[in-house]
Amino acid sequence: MTQMPVALAKPLPVGSEWTFEAITEYDEAIGEVAREYGLDCYPHILEVISAEQMMDAYASIGMPVYYNHWSFGKHFLATENRYRRGQMGLAYEIVINSDPCIAYLMEENTLTMQALVIAHAAYGHNSFFKGNHLFKQWTSADAIIDYLVFARNYIAECEERHGVEAVERLLDACHALMNVGVDRYKRSPRLSLEKEKLRQKEREAYLQAQVNDLWRTLPPRPEAEAMPREEKRFPEEPEENLLYFIEKNAPLLEPWQREVVRIVRKVGQYFYPQRQTQVMNEGWACFWHYTLLNTLYDRGALSDGFMLEFLQSHTNVVYQPPYNSPYYSGINPYALGYAMWQDIRRICENPTDEDREWFPDIAGSDWRATFDFAMQNFKDESFIAQYLSPRLMREFRLFSVLDDDRRGKLRVEAIHDDSGYRLLRQQLSEQYDLGSREPNIQVWNVDLSGDRSLTLRHFVHQRRPLNEYNDVVLEHLTELWGFKVRLERQNSDGTVDLLTEKKTERRRHN
Amino acid sequence: MTVRIVDRRFDSKNKSSVNRSRFIRRFKGQIRKSVSDAINQRGVRDLDNGEKIGIPGRDIAEPQFAHGQGGTREIVSPGNDRFVTGDQFERPQGGGGGRGRGQASRDGEGEDDFVFTLTRDEFLDIFFDELALPNLVKRQLAQIEQFKRVRAGYTQSGVPANINLGRTMRGAAGRRVALGGPHAIRLRKLQADLDELRKTRPEDDVEVQHLRREIVRLRARIESLPFIDPFDLRYNNRIRIPQPTTQAVMFCLLDVSGSMDEARKNIAKRFFMLLYLFLNRNYEHIEVVFIRHHTVASEVDEDDFFTSRESGGTVVSSALVLMQKIIQERYSSALWNIYGAQASDGDNWNDDSPRCRELLENALLPVCQYFAYIEITDGAPQNLWEEYQKLQGSHEHFAMQRIATVTDIYPVFRELFKRRA
Repeated sequence: MTQMPVALAKPLPVGSEWTFEAITEYDEAIGEVAREYGLDCYPHILEVISAEQMMDAYASIGMPVYYNHWSFGKHFLATENRYRRGQMGLAYEIVINSDPCIAYLMEENTLTMQALVIAHAAYGHNSFFKGNHLFKQWTSADAIIDYLVFARNYIAECEERHGVEAVERLLDACHALMNVGVDRYKRSPRLSLEKEKLRQKEREAYLQAQVNDLWRTLPPRPEAEAMPREEKRFPEEPEENLLYFIEKNAPLLEPWQREVVRIVRKVGQYFYPQRQTQVMNEGWACFWHYTLLNTLYDRGALSDGFMLEFLQSHTNVVYQPPYNSPYYSGINPYALGYAMWQDIRRICENPTDEDREWFPDIAGSDWRATFDFAMQNFKDESFIAQYLSPRLMREFRLFSVLDDDRRGKLRVEAIHDDSGYRLLRQQLSEQYDLGSREPNIQVWNVDLSGDRSLTLRHFVHQRRPLNEYNDVVLEHLTELWGFKVRLERQNSDGTVDLLTEKKTERRRHN
Repeated sequence: MTVRIVDRRFDSKNKSSVNRSRFIRRFKGQIRKSVSDAINQRGVRDLDNGEKIGIPGRDIAEPQFAHGQGGTREIVSPGNDRFVTGDQFERPQGGGGGRGRGQASRDGEGEDDFVFTLTRDEFLDIFFDELALPNLVKRQLAQIEQFKRVRAGYTQSGVPANINLGRTMRGAAGRRVALGGPHAIRLRKLQADLDELRKTRPEDDVEVQHLRREIVRLRARIESLPFIDPFDLRYNNRIRIPQPTTQAVMFCLLDVSGSMDEARKNIAKRFFMLLYLFLNRNYEHIEVVFIRHHTVASEVDEDDFFTSRESGGTVVSSALVLMQKIIQERYSSALWNIYGAQASDGDNWNDDSPRCRELLENALLPVCQYFAYIEITDGAPQNLWEEYQKLQGSHEHFAMQRIATVTDIYPVFRELFKRRA
C-alpha cells in the first residue's frame, strides 16, 4: 500500500454543498495522486448539468450531440418516468470517450459525489479509454464529436430534402441491424470530419457506379451460357457486417441512403468496444476512485464525513446480490470488475501459494505494471479467462448451471471447488463473449443472375434459436435491400434449413 | 494546470424534445386511444393536467436479432448457498436462480405496457388535434384592427392639453436647485463674511461696500433663473396598441331539469368541459357564458355551472331567451363572434319545442357563428330533436349530435368541431 510518499496534504473543502472552486481543488488533488500512480489520461473537461439534462444525455447514449430519432425520445420518456416515480436514481456519471474526455457532474450531487465522479470518470474511465487496445484501435477519440456533429447535420439535411418519414423509416431499418453492423475483426479506418465531408461526395458517385456495375444487365454471352455454370457465391466469403454489406451492395439505395446507413454503422462501431469491456472498464474506474480517494484520505486531505458518504455509495455500487435475492439481476459488472482488479493487486502484492500456482507470471510482480498490461490488452472475455482467481470464485460463490431444453431438469455443472474452477472460469468468460452471446448471422449469398434475392445464414450455436423478432428485423432488411430476403439456419451438424423468406411489398420510388 | 469546468446547467434543457415529439407523432394512434380512454376515466376538474399514458410494449419495441429461448446454455451465477456439482433441480418459474427458460419473466416483460407521462400541452394537443372552431376566421379576416390608447410614461414634446403639471414642476424645481445651488452657497458665505466685517468695520468701509455689491449681484443672478423653462415641460404620453377584435363568446346552455339525471348531467358537463378547454386553448380572447336552465334560466359562473344541482320541469326556450338577452346587452354581434352549445336530454314541454326552433332560427342563428346541439339520450329522439332537425338542412352553421354514453363524447366532440375546409 505504501509505496507512495506519505506526505500530509492540505485538507480539501468539506461540507455537502459544492462550489466551482471546491471542485477545482478536488480535481487538482485527485489528479496529482493519479499522476503519482502513473495513470495516463486524456485531458478532461467537467461539465455541470442538471438532472433533466442528464436524462437528455441518457436518451442519446451519453452523447452530447446526436441525430434525432423517435427511439431516443422513447428512452427519454422511459428514463423520465422511472426517475419521477423514484424507481431509479440517475447514474451519477456519464463519461464520453473523446479527446478531451468529457465527464458530466450532476448539479444535485453533493461535493463528495462530485469528487467520486471526478475520480471515477475523469481519471478512471478516462485512462481506460486512452489505454485499452480496443478503444485505441476502433474508436478515434479525437474525432468522434466532430463525426457526430457531421452525422446530425447530414441527417437533418436529409430530413429536409427527403422528408422526416423517409429518413425515419431508413433509420429504423438501420437500427434493427445495428448489432450485426459491426466489424468484429477488421479494423475500421479512422474518422475525421474534414475527410468525411471531403470524401462523402465522391463516395456517393463512386459507390453508385460500383453498384450499377454489379447489377449491370448486359445480354448474356451465348458461350458463357453454354458453359456448365459453377455455383459461385457473392460475396465469396460470408460477410458478418450486414450494414456494411448493405451500404456497399444494396442495389436500390440512393446515395444519401447509403450515407445514412454508413453513419449508423460508424456509430455502432464506436460503441462496440464499450460493450466488450464493461466489466473491465467499470471495475477499473471503481478501483481507481476507491484507491485515489483512499490515498487522499490517508494523507489527511479528506474528512471522516466525506469518507463515510463516499464508502456508502461505493459499497452500493459494487454490491453483488446473490442469485436468490429479489434484487438479483445477473452479475453486477461493477462488482465483478472491481473485485477482480483488487484481486489482481492482491496477487501481485501478497500472493498465496494458490496464487503462485495459478498465476506464476504475475504473483509478486509490480502491480502497476501488471495493471497496465491487463488494462491495455484485454477485453471482458479474455480478461476473465486470464485473471479470475479461484479465491474470487470462492468469494463470489460462483456456480454454473446447465440449461438444456432437451432435459427436464437443470444441472449444476461446476461450483467453486477444485474440480470446478477451470470450467467455471471458462463459462463465465464465454458469457461475456459477444460472439456467442449474440446470434451469428452473416450474409451468405446474393442471387446475382436470378431474382437478386439476399440470403442470410444463421450459424446456430448450442442449438439456440432466434427470438420472435427476427421476422420484423428481416422486414427492415428487405426494405433496405429492395428485393427478396431469406434467412437460413445452419445447424451444428452442417444441415441447412430455411427459416423465413420476405418479399418486398413494393419497389421504393422516393 | 487547472481543469476546465463548463457550467451547462443553463443550456437548453430540452435537447430531447425533438425526439420526444417524434416519438409521440409516431405512436399517435396508440396514444390517442389512451388519451380518449383517459378522458372517460377522469373527473371533470382534472382534465387540464398531463396524463400518464400506457401503450403496448410490443408496438414500440426496437427489434434486433437476438437469441430466443431454448437450446443449451450454461449460466454462471453468484451466491451459491446449497448446490454441489451434479445437483439437478426443476426449472424455476420466472427469475430466480438459473433463470431456467425464463418464459414467464421474459415474455411477461415483452407484453408490459410502456408507460410514460404526457405533459399537459402534449395531452391537449393530441386531444384537440385537427379541431378548430368553425368560421372564426371569417370575421377575423374581415375586421379592421382597432386600436386602444394607453398611457405609456412621459415625453418631452406634445400638445399643451397633455402637459403633466406635477412632472413639469418637479423638473423645474430640480433644475432651479441644480443651477442656483452654487450661487446660493457663495451667497451664504459672502453674507457670513459681511456679518463678520460689520462687527469691526463701519458701513462705508470699502470692503463692506464691495461685499454688498457682490451680494446684490449674486441675488440678481439667482433671481434671473427662470421659474419654468421649456426644457422642464413634460407631457403625458399615450400610445396606440392594437385591440384584438377577434373576440369570441361561447354560450354553454345546460339543461339541469329533473329529467336530466346525474349520469346525463355528467356527460353534458364533460362535453362543456372539453369545449371550455378547447376554447381556452385555441383563442386567447374568449369569454364564456354559462347558462343553465330548468323551467327558468339563469346565468351562473363556471363553478356553479358544473357543480350545483337543481331540478324541476323543463322549458328550454327560457335559456334561449336569456342567451338572446345577454347577446343584446353585452355582446353586440358586430364586435363578437358568438358561439352556442346546448346540451339537453331533449325532454321538453311539447308546445315549447316549436318556440325553441323559432327562437333559434330567427333570433340566434343569424347572429351566431356556430351553434351546436347535443342530445344526451339513449332512447328515441325527443320532440326537441325533431324540431331542431328542421333547421339542419337550411343552416350550415347549425349542428346536432346525439350522445348515448360517456365514451361517445370524444368522437362526437370531434365530429362537431372538426376542421372544416
